[in-house]
Amino acid sequence: MMIRSASVMSNILLVAWNGVRYLSRPMETIDFNRHPSSYLHWKLAVDGPIARLVMDVQEEKPWRPGYPLKLNSYDLGVDMELADSIQRLRFEQPQVRCLVVTSTRDKIFCAGANIYMLQSSAHPFKVNFCKYTNETRLGLEEFARESGVRTLAALNGTASGGGYELAIACDEIHLIDDGSSAVSFPETPLLAVLPGTGGLTRLVDKRKIRRDIADVFCTVAEGFRGSKALKTGLVDAVHSRSRFESKVQERAAQIAAQAPVTRPGPGITLDPIHAKVDGDTLRWEHVTLQIDAKSRVATLTVRAPTGAEPIDGAALQARGCKAWAIQCFRELDDALLQLRFGFDQVGVVLLKTEGDAAKVAAVDTMLDQHAADWLVKETRLLIGRALRRLDLTGRSLFALIEPGSCFAGTLFELALAADRSYMLNDPARPVYLQLTAMNGGALRMSHCMTRLECRFLGAPEKAKQAAASREPIDAEQAEELGLVTFAPDEIDWDDEVRVAIEERAAMSPDALTGMEASLRFAGPESMETKIFGRLSAWQNWIFTRPNSTGDEGALSLYGRPERPVFDWRRT
Amino acid sequence: MSDVDRFASIPNNVDLHSDKRLQRALESWQPGYLEWWREMGPAMAQDKDAYLRTAISVDTDGWAHFDYVKMPEYRWGIFLADPTPDRKIHFGDHVGKPVFNEVPGEYRNILRRMIVTQADTEPASVEQQRKLAFTAPSLLDMRNLFQVNVEEGRHLWAMVYLLHAHFGKDGREEADELLRRRSGDPDKPRILGAFNQPCNDWVSFFAFTMFTDRDGKYQLASLAESGFDPLARTCRFMLTEEAHHLSVGETGIMRIVRRTGELMKQHPGVDVRTLGAVDLPTLQRVINFWYSYSLDLFGGEISSNAADFFASSLKGRYQEERRAEHTALDQMKIVPVVDGGRLTNKEVPLRNALNEVLRDDYVEDCERALRRWNHELEKIGVEARLTLPSRRFHRHQGEYSRHAFDSQGELITAEQFEANRAKWLPSEADMEFLRSIMVPVHQVGKIANWLSAPVRGVNGQAFDFEFVRLG
Repeated sequence: MMIRSASVMSNILLVAWNGVRYLSRPMETIDFNRHPSSYLHWKLAVDGPIARLVMDVQEEKPWRPGYPLKLNSYDLGVDMELADSIQRLRFEQPQVRCLVVTSTRDKIFCAGANIYMLQSSAHPFKVNFCKYTNETRLGLEEFARESGVRTLAALNGTASGGGYELAIACDEIHLIDDGSSAVSFPETPLLAVLPGTGGLTRLVDKRKIRRDIADVFCTVAEGFRGSKALKTGLVDAVHSRSRFESKVQERAAQIAAQAPVTRPGPGITLDPIHAKVDGDTLRWEHVTLQIDAKSRVATLTVRAPTGAEPIDGAALQARGCKAWAIQCFRELDDALLQLRFGFDQVGVVLLKTEGDAAKVAAVDTMLDQHAADWLVKETRLLIGRALRRLDLTGRSLFALIEPGSCFAGTLFELALAADRSYMLNDPARPVYLQLTAMNGGALRMSHCMTRLECRFLGAPEKAKQAAASREPIDAEQAEELGLVTFAPDEIDWDDEVRVAIEERAAMSPDALTGMEASLRFAGPESMETKIFGRLSAWQNWIFTRPNSTGDEGALSLYGRPERPVFDWRRT
Repeated sequence: MSDVDRFASIPNNVDLHSDKRLQRALESWQPGYLEWWREMGPAMAQDKDAYLRTAISVDTDGWAHFDYVKMPEYRWGIFLADPTPDRKIHFGDHVGKPVFNEVPGEYRNILRRMIVTQADTEPASVEQQRKLAFTAPSLLDMRNLFQVNVEEGRHLWAMVYLLHAHFGKDGREEADELLRRRSGDPDKPRILGAFNQPCNDWVSFFAFTMFTDRDGKYQLASLAESGFDPLARTCRFMLTEEAHHLSVGETGIMRIVRRTGELMKQHPGVDVRTLGAVDLPTLQRVINFWYSYSLDLFGGEISSNAADFFASSLKGRYQEERRAEHTALDQMKIVPVVDGGRLTNKEVPLRNALNEVLRDDYVEDCERALRRWNHELEKIGVEARLTLPSRRFHRHQGEYSRHAFDSQGELITAEQFEANRAKWLPSEADMEFLRSIMVPVHQVGKIANWLSAPVRGVNGQAFDFEFVRLG
């Protein structure tokens, strides 16, 4: 593996943190586990139906050394805690019906992503950081939409950049009116980049701010305060300083009283998820990620349950986080994050499954028949998020459907998520696919289509036909139905697959990322796809342009004594 | 010299009558200002003749015109120092280019913020000092208070002129907001912390004019360097008036020191509090309080705003022209910061440390005053001395605000700080005591017990001149 030139950053350590690994070193994992009892930057307090998530970032505890987290700014470590808290509210605190997001810092809600962290981060890290924070905020919105928890951003001080983006991901925004606190997107005028966490899209698509007003707002670094923010629709309510706290509490109580109880509980506890490092392999209980650094290929294997799994909501409750449907997809989620943040040189990911397809199908039956149960529903949502994280992972995904695999129902979604799939056609060792009710609408992509609908955009009847099928499907049928890309026989298999992988791994990683992202989401856009599309297309382009990250770019020079020098050519 | 229109509704030397739009804008702001003055201006002063200095022009004869004036009739005017022909920008990235006479678009927002922040302090201090006339220790002190107040009012005018003349609708809105915020109001506080602290006794007033107005001097001095010429010219003229405020503060504390020192000398071993005067430990605590809040006003020790302001040639250093080098690039400054629970020295690019550079000049100036006060104690023959606490002590802004420091600047725990709070900062009991000795003295030529009379009056008048006609 090549060590990236560290010319921009003097600190080699930073580069190493940004994902470059040395072959000679043992593999390391990044611990995404967090727990409210040991949060550094947030406090999660639950009082009956109302939860308060309070930001109080510890300046001297950044995720990696090198930048203080001033003014409630965040980095990956801060966002891991936010993601954890939402996940725990889903599973552990089902009685919650209102979530208040606020801060304890005087005059500051949140200053957004830490600029010095971004400055000192390599491009792949920046992209994956933004992707992760976007997924977290979309998760917050899904939590509100699907789990019946209304979210309220209580801006007790200025919310700038990512701070306002967090607010705008909530259902309603209350701003303190103290003559100085503002909401703002200073990225463009100050840093020559964009609000990278869906802010621009949510302004016009979600809050439906008139676009000319949004234009003004996004170019005034100091943003809008009090009544102006209210008048332009950037916030939903403003309250004076002396009444702010009581008004927010009043509103939270009102929400909690009005919201129907949809999640009777009791909650389950989420245990930490850990991978064991075994040579070049990370092993979870149901998931394995094997890294071949030399060929830049990873193999991600997901295994079916082996024992008996819960057959209804009550049993799922009793089994808790150890149930396969929960644990396996938490592990898949962790594996994808390890891949994204830890192994940026890996270009191709081979998706495999192992085990008894019937057991997977049985779990799907439970997930389908008891969808009304609150915990089953949360589990379905969890699986949906993990699969969307896969859709949004910028690596070439090839599914290999081989003997011993179990691409059934929910696990067949892995093959549908892949850029290509190869299914072995060997009469001596037959392999089967199987669809279940879970392929029919439970696990939608970011643009709200099922993976089957997206696959057969030009032939919706094929999607319907496939979704209705319940019988095992062999390789020839699968190829015929368009459910796999290729079905080589046993003679061709090894070579076909090897050549395909080698060919893929040799192409430009940038072009592949763009090509795959363009092809994966056929069909209409949603706010979510627009957010990721614009992050990938615009923000990531801007991040690599000299005007932001060149030696004289605004992001590079932020906080430094020199002023930026722009290349004035428009493209 | 520019023409002065003394008799216009708004006296000015900016040729206001030729810009009808601007004149109308300012005339429409004026009633709101007068209403604010009636509501928040100095109590007792509204219908009394006070012997005040009014600026009627910017030349040496005109800027200090003394006469009896009833304060609501005070003629607040707009005066800019005369322009320097062909003035060039002399620092930052635009060095050598002609000064900006109009706001450069790319700096509109930061310039407006700088002006609003400065402007907000002017009415704030008037509000803080509103009730002090009731307990004035002499008529001269009362007159000085009024003088300070009307000039802060004029400084507000000067800043509002800039907002109206150069910042369009946003500027007008900001000018209106300046009249809506109120010092110490929980809902509409003034922008900066020190300007929301109560200042209800004369010891605090002297400390405020000594330490907090002195911050103003250094801010105005660095804005007087500005490449935005209207701001530079405005601030240059304000500085001449500000000097008087500082001397009110510095000599005020000197007069406390003198009175207390003399009482200590006359009554050895006796607590001067029992003699109705300010004991030195209490004075020290008041100094600690206002000095530390005033240090906050300079902003963060490491500041990208400071770098931006300098780079864009909008805010220079104190006496920039006397310095040898004017880009402040490729130079570093050592700033002590807390890292891993310890104080360590950090090298910071000079431009990012310019708040600290300005604070250095300020601290040096304060130390000079301290030496004078201590010299007075020495002359009297008292051993006790006053000190300035460390600049890390009791801070609410910047690098040190998230940590606790003792008065020597050593890192301590928050618990240790709280345990020593009453030793370092005025307690409610201290304030109660100070209020108890604030007995009004409104007779001509008389002075309160806790304060020594000034060496001289104002404008050549003796101390027993009738500086305010209360009758």
